[in-house]
Amino acid sequence: MAIKGFVKFAVKRGITLYLVVLLSIYITIVVANMGGMIDNFIKSQLLFDITYQFKRDPEYKDLPANELDKLIKETYKLEIKRRGLDKPFYIRSLVYMKDAITLDLGRALYLTSDTGSRSVRLIILERLPQTVMLFTTAMIINFLTHIFIGLYLSRHYGGKLDKLFIALAPTSVVPGWFYGIFLILIFASWLHILPYGGLVDVPPPKDPTLYTLSVLKHMILPLASWVISGFFLGCYSNRTFFLIFSTEDYVEAARAKGVPPRQLEIRYILRPSLPPIITGFALGLIGSWGGAIITETVFNWPGLGKVTYQAINAFDTPVLVGVTVIYAYLLAATVWILDMIYGIIDPRIKVMYGR
Amino acid sequence: MSSAGMEYSLKGILREVLSYKSGLFGILLLIFLVVLSIVTIIAIPYNTAINLWRGEEGIWLENPKNAQPVWVKYIVGKNLPENIVLDSKKAGMIGITKALTEIPGTDFKKVYMEFTFTYDYDDFPSEVNIFFDAKYTKNAPILKIYIIKPGGIKVDLINYILRKPDDILYLSINPIVSQNLLIHASSVVGKQLEEELPIEMALFAVEDESLANVGTLKVLKGVYKIVIEGTLFGKESDVDAKVVIYGKVWGWAGTDHMRRDLGIALLWGTPVAMSFGLTASLMITILHLSIATISGYYGGWVDSLIQRLTEIYMIIPFLPFLIMIATFYKLDIWILLAVIIVLSIFGGGIKSTRALVMQIREYPYIEAAKVYGASNLRIIFLYIIPKILPPVIPGLIGAVPGYVFLEAGLSFLGLGDPYLPTWGKVINDAYNNGALYKGYYYWVLEPAFMLILTAFAFSFLGFALDKIVNPKLREV
Repeated sequence: MAIKGFVKFAVKRGITLYLVVLLSIYITIVVANMGGMIDNFIKSQLLFDITYQFKRDPEYKDLPANELDKLIKETYKLEIKRRGLDKPFYIRSLVYMKDAITLDLGRALYLTSDTGSRSVRLIILERLPQTVMLFTTAMIINFLTHIFIGLYLSRHYGGKLDKLFIALAPTSVVPGWFYGIFLILIFASWLHILPYGGLVDVPPPKDPTLYTLSVLKHMILPLASWVISGFFLGCYSNRTFFLIFSTEDYVEAARAKGVPPRQLEIRYILRPSLPPIITGFALGLIGSWGGAIITETVFNWPGLGKVTYQAINAFDTPVLVGVTVIYAYLLAATVWILDMIYGIIDPRIKVMYGR
Repeated sequence: MSSAGMEYSLKGILREVLSYKSGLFGILLLIFLVVLSIVTIIAIPYNTAINLWRGEEGIWLENPKNAQPVWVKYIVGKNLPENIVLDSKKAGMIGITKALTEIPGTDFKKVYMEFTFTYDYDDFPSEVNIFFDAKYTKNAPILKIYIIKPGGIKVDLINYILRKPDDILYLSINPIVSQNLLIHASSVVGKQLEEELPIEMALFAVEDESLANVGTLKVLKGVYKIVIEGTLFGKESDVDAKVVIYGKVWGWAGTDHMRRDLGIALLWGTPVAMSFGLTASLMITILHLSIATISGYYGGWVDSLIQRLTEIYMIIPFLPFLIMIATFYKLDIWILLAVIIVLSIFGGGIKSTRALVMQIREYPYIEAAKVYGASNLRIIFLYIIPKILPPVIPGLIGAVPGYVFLEAGLSFLGLGDPYLPTWGKVINDAYNNGALYKGYYYWVLEPAFMLILTAFAFSFLGFALDKIVNPKLREV
């Protein structure tokens, strides 16, 4: 019975999340096309291009003006039809929608990948590794340092270090990109020991080892800016979280029973308090894959955030929709998996659907 | 959960806040910023600020470009040059003389203007310009300009015919002046020099072998004279000149690449950031509170609808969306604020408040209210929301910096308000003009300092309030 109930829960959650994804994608399509306004830009650009092409072509030089106009209009009409721009926006938005959900991301209007391709999928796949490399590393460093320092502080609660972290926790409201500017100022502009930004030295080193080292050198500052930004608040909130858990009755009982402190910490405090921390980590991780637009712009880091910003500035809607679609799918999948894990380990959900 | 929070009076809360060091720090900062905002709005009204920042009609022409703030002098321990403005219209001021004499038998006039000043600084000026204001009918005045350096060395600079009555002679980029100075330097050094010297440096340099190249130039301190003499044509003709020797420091905040006074942006950034952050945080908190309460109180399909909406909001990427809208529609700051609020209506804050409401819904006093016939709206707004307000307030205050930095971030990307000077826009200007490469640190650090000050004021206060309304935090 319990398995059947769980399957029902899983399917229901899956369907709801999928509907949510569809809706978010559709909203993105409408906004990214400015409700059809982008089409007008494209149409006028098209008309201009065709007119220019004919006027410049010596073959049509001797043609009378009205015949040339007719020719231009016909070509324009054909081109509009070929691109599907003659249909009203709401119909085309549904076509875009179908393409988007089947991950047929189409071709970019203006942006190209480093290899010169217009394929949105290639553009995104080319930038994703850089973003994942930088921000996943940052997230993992943050996750681990916050847990271990949080545990240490909760153990030595009331001590000098604990007081220092409490006092400095409010400084974490300053976002990573802002610390980034300071780090560039100090380490690049003033001390000249680290690069201002970018992925590798220019020109990139041929030797793979040197190349890796160069990338690592370029990663130091953006990484540091994210680590510094979250550091005090992250440690502080984990510490407070652990402290609240350590005053629970069952922990007191275990302590009274004589459970050794280390075991108490891992089994009785860390384990039950971990699920919400991991949820936060997982959602943050996926969120970070969307790229941090401002941080990547500050450090000129060629990731998804920067490509998003470039796409916005170039009105390149296919790229924008593509980024959002991939992001939405990843996020929904993560939420679903987390739901399933909690469904398995959380007795309350078992009870709810087990009946 | 937070029943203790209800008993506080405003005075009581204030006393408690002040008992925390972080609370005291936050309150003091906040008072300072509020006073600064009020003073700014009164001293520089909205439209004046916008006009000043647009810099129309060359109001900033007499300011140096990218000058550091004056107080940098005391930090680097060098007497950096300040602006020297010498205006012949203010003849009679010490050191300025002007004489017009008619040449008998003609309608020509001789003009002689002499500007005497002491140059006492440890560094060269950044630029030298002469602004003319002449009256003539047909023939423009013919002028000869030279400088007499300390020790009586006379250096001819240029013979100049005005091109229009309000002509400006950009002395420090004039090729003829440059040639003349090179010839002079060659004669001082005693051999033909090839490399032209920066004019504003050569003008104020020690007259010895060090003139041979840029690297060795030294500042010659002492009394200088700039002389403009020449001939005017016509009975009514007249000419006035304003010599501006641009310094390297200016004002309390310095200037940017368009010679604008950064002080205006620093001051005006305060009310903008404060009102933007507070309004965003307040509106979003109120909306979250109401929606969460409705969701938790009514339950059923209303609840599921709101829950689905929050999930949609979770999946839509907030920042790319915001940037997309800001780019496509070129919004001013207040519409941007509205968009941010709309994009946050069903944000993450709803879930925890909803859980709280679901608990309170079962409390006896709510039951009692239902029994005596209180309407749902009455119960929600008079009985439930006041109850859950205390734990929400610290969040409200603590969220302000986030919105302040959001505005700064958008401005940094060039998407801020097109007219108003804000801190983010200054940082954007600085970044776009390579302030970090060229070492104009003040340009980045000043707005950054103000941003951090504002962020800390709210964040420290928020933390102190959090400890007061969440007794659990106080225990641990």
